[in-house]
Amino acid sequence: MLNYIWFGMMFIGVVVGIFTGNIDAVTAAAIDMAKVAVNLAIGLIGIMALWLGIMKIAEESGLIRLIAKGLRPITIRLFPDVPEDHPAIGSIVLNMSANILGLGNAATPLGLKAMEELQEINPDKDTATNAMCTFLAINTSSVQLILPATVVALMGATSSQIFITTLFATGMSTIAAITAVKFLEKRKQFIIHSGGNA
Amino acid sequence: MIESFVQSVNQVSRYIIPLLLVGIPFYGLIFKKVKVYETFVVGAKDGFTIAIRIIPYLVAILVAIGMFRASGALDLLLSFLSPVLTFIGFPPENLPLALMRPLSGSGSLGLLTDLINQHGPDSLIAKIGATMFGSTETTFYVLAVYFGSVGIRKTRHALVAGLFADAVGVFSAVYICRFFFG
Repeated sequence: MLNYIWFGMMFIGVVVGIFTGNIDAVTAAAIDMAKVAVNLAIGLIGIMALWLGIMKIAEESGLIRLIAKGLRPITIRLFPDVPEDHPAIGSIVLNMSANILGLGNAATPLGLKAMEELQEINPDKDTATNAMCTFLAINTSSVQLILPATVVALMGATSSQIFITTLFATGMSTIAAITAVKFLEKRKQFIIHSGGNA
Repeated sequence: MIESFVQSVNQVSRYIIPLLLVGIPFYGLIFKKVKVYETFVVGAKDGFTIAIRIIPYLVAILVAIGMFRASGALDLLLSFLSPVLTFIGFPPENLPLALMRPLSGSGSLGLLTDLINQHGPDSLIAKIGATMFGSTETTFYVLAVYFGSVGIRKTRHALVAGLFADAVGVFSAVYICRFFFG
């Protein structure tokens, strides 16, 4: 899937670029974005280190396990393949809380920590598990209670009107995400054939 | 009432990060006798390796998105789709944002800024745009970073589900705004 989309975007970019005369811009974008990607990743180092450090303390002191236990009734339905007191559940919950509260900076490191822990119980290291796909689908559906700061800045006084509509739309997209993963994970073209699927 | 609720939620969110930064070590040090400084450093080390590990995935995704965007293919797609959209009550002005949103955070923020400047924050189009922006995510970026950080190359149904959720978010944004403000 990603193979075709990835290739398709570049292919369409080049073909359309030739016809519209934007081919120089396409070339420039390719080179530019390669640089942007590295800068983005490097820029993440500091904030990642900060949150992963704090997370380690939370883990050592048993906080993560406590949170995971408290929210088990919900998470067991979303991630039935993850063992009950696995630290991944704690990280997933913290990531979602950060997303709900609009703390994007904190959400990414927590999410990557969750992915690392999910990878530990993944029997096939280069293939995504059901739990990972569920986690990412919920993440990309953007569960949030607080409007992005940028939107508030742009909309000014109108932002409070947007609050309810955003809450509704984001709720719908989250429900859609969960429904979609639960439906798709059992489909022939996506199912994992070998071994267990944690 | 909504206004004061939004205000207070935003107020609370200002304190969350500092409280977490001090509250977690407090709990560890005082209640559990965790060596907080040493533990922090051990955890923080991973920040570097993870950030470096996602670079190839980010380069792959962002280069493809950049080439697609620069070619003008989005405008071409827009001219094909706008008659259909008008028919189903989807303002064509909001389509570029809807298509850009899963691809690029900065690109879609640019489009949203443009929409609000052109139509004013009180317009239906701006409200739909802002709602869309808040209810969807940069799916391609999130997938590249999250899967990249653990070296997953076969992503199975994650992308389809993510894009489906975005589509539902986009359409919900249109119709809920039309219902409330239209």
